[in-house]
Amino acid sequence: MFMRNSLLILALLISPVLYAEETPELGKPASKALVEQWNNDIFPDGEGLPSGKGTATYGKKVYQQYCLSCHGVKGTGDSADELAGAKHGLTDNPPDKTIGTYWPYATTLFDFTRRSMPLNNPGSLNNSQLYAVTAYLLYLNDIIGEKEIMDAQTLAKVKMPNRDGFVNYQSK
Amino acid sequence: MTAKHDLKPIAGGGLLDRRLFLKKGLTFSAVVLSADVLAQGEHYRPDSSKIAGKPFSNYGLPSQYERETIRWTMGNSMADGNGVSWTPLQDLEGTITPNGLHFERHHNGVPEIDPQQHQLLIHGLVDKSLLFEVEDLLRYPMTSLLCFIECGGNSNAAWRSKPIQTKLGYFHGMASCSEWTGVPLRLLLDEAKLKGRAKWLVAEGADASLMNVSLPLEKALDDCIIALYQNGERIRPENGYPLRLIAPGWEGVVNVKWLRRLHITNRPVMARNETSKYTELMPSGKARQFTFVMEAKSLITHPSFGHKLDKQGFYQISGLAWSGHGKIKKVEVSADGGKTWATADLQEPVLSKCFTRFRIPWQWTGEKVILKSRAIDETGYVQPEREELVKQRGTHGYFHYNAIVSWEIDRDGSITHVYA
Repeated sequence: MFMRNSLLILALLISPVLYAEETPELGKPASKALVEQWNNDIFPDGEGLPSGKGTATYGKKVYQQYCLSCHGVKGTGDSADELAGAKHGLTDNPPDKTIGTYWPYATTLFDFTRRSMPLNNPGSLNNSQLYAVTAYLLYLNDIIGEKEIMDAQTLAKVKMPNRDGFVNYQSK
Repeated sequence: MTAKHDLKPIAGGGLLDRRLFLKKGLTFSAVVLSADVLAQGEHYRPDSSKIAGKPFSNYGLPSQYERETIRWTMGNSMADGNGVSWTPLQDLEGTITPNGLHFERHHNGVPEIDPQQHQLLIHGLVDKSLLFEVEDLLRYPMTSLLCFIECGGNSNAAWRSKPIQTKLGYFHGMASCSEWTGVPLRLLLDEAKLKGRAKWLVAEGADASLMNVSLPLEKALDDCIIALYQNGERIRPENGYPLRLIAPGWEGVVNVKWLRRLHITNRPVMARNETSKYTELMPSGKARQFTFVMEAKSLITHPSFGHKLDKQGFYQISGLAWSGHGKIKKVEVSADGGKTWATADLQEPVLSKCFTRFRIPWQWTGEKVILKSRAIDETGYVQPEREELVKQRGTHGYFHYNAIVSWEIDRDGSITHVYA
């Protein structure tokens, strides 16, 4: 009797949780092809970087056509963020938070440009234009040379000056 | 009538017992109004009662006399959909933000989304990649939660060396509070079956910036919902229609609007909005990253900059407090620049990660005084003075400003924002 009651109590304790978990399960299986089409995430280790390549030389032309009107000549900022040409370090007052002084990963630059830029026509640059303009911005920040080719392999290997500048506060 | 001893201040600057209004129905000094000239035996009717009223409306709007209660908008000069709009906290009471006044932060405008063309994809470290139609999500078990959303960049003007002189809502109004209703995210993740290595989730919106950001799976499984309704109606376009992620108590940017994709991963993606932005540069040159929780904050909304005290006497100080860590335990108010403090009354119900309204009666004697409020949450965390916050974080962190706000009442009743 005691045993049976205990089991009953146990069942009562568990069952509300099970009921609460019941859902209509209406999610449709998504094909691998669909996931590949939708997934545009690019990780610091290079996962997600597409084919294509470019250098700063061509990137300068891309920049002048699509980016300069908001980000200024050589990325020094205008109506949009300052990207290059920092005159102050991060401990100065005021600090210059550019790609060169602040951004920890080069892959982020490619990803953000592809996903969000230019604001008036997002998604309009092809992968080679994106690698080229990424190369130009890294070159403006003295991180790579003018002739260095940026592609899925080389971009992920770029070590950004402020790579170790962040403290994870997630659990604090 | 109020007994004289009840009017004895309980703290400096004329703060009175928070229960005074409740106990005695305290009356304000009133001017006697003379009656209209009416024929004998005739009853007074206000003008509004002399003609038939207007017909029904399909969707109600505020009174024509409240047209100044609006969001101020601030768009980028070259891209007007990139910027913010502010909740006019100085004009509102209670705790719920009307849907049309909820603050906005858009990275590239408000997308127009036909719900029949919108789906949510869950993929990555799951057994089954799943695609959810909006109409299917409407059939799932739902839950409602009342919570604030505050932009990580709210109050950033207060890092400046001189106090900004503008209405409260226009530097602290990137914070709003709604009842959000939707599907617990846990249910959808369970359906897709998480793999053991899954630790993070990358959420992406369907706007023109395809805004994306990472958050720990632990939070997603705890209290996140895929919201479809805001204050009882379907979410407004500017708040994420047809669906958005709600991560209670966490900075606004992770409450991704127009949600289209959840990528389950073992690490954060290091998106622009969790590296270059929404991180806080410290005096050491290092930056705090993944500072998701919005810590306790409070503001006196009435009186505040832009209001004017017409005469000496009784006022009710009213304000808002909230904490991303849980419930507000106590709000203290000072009317002498922080020398002495009195406990304010908290409007029930006090809910976790939700706006809490506080009030305290106050007698202004016409002297120059400084009003402040400070929130204490259920973890014991005390909202810091500005000086303390600046000492810890410097002034170049931009995000997560939550220090005490001070209002100086001058002898003429005008109000100035001060650092005191």
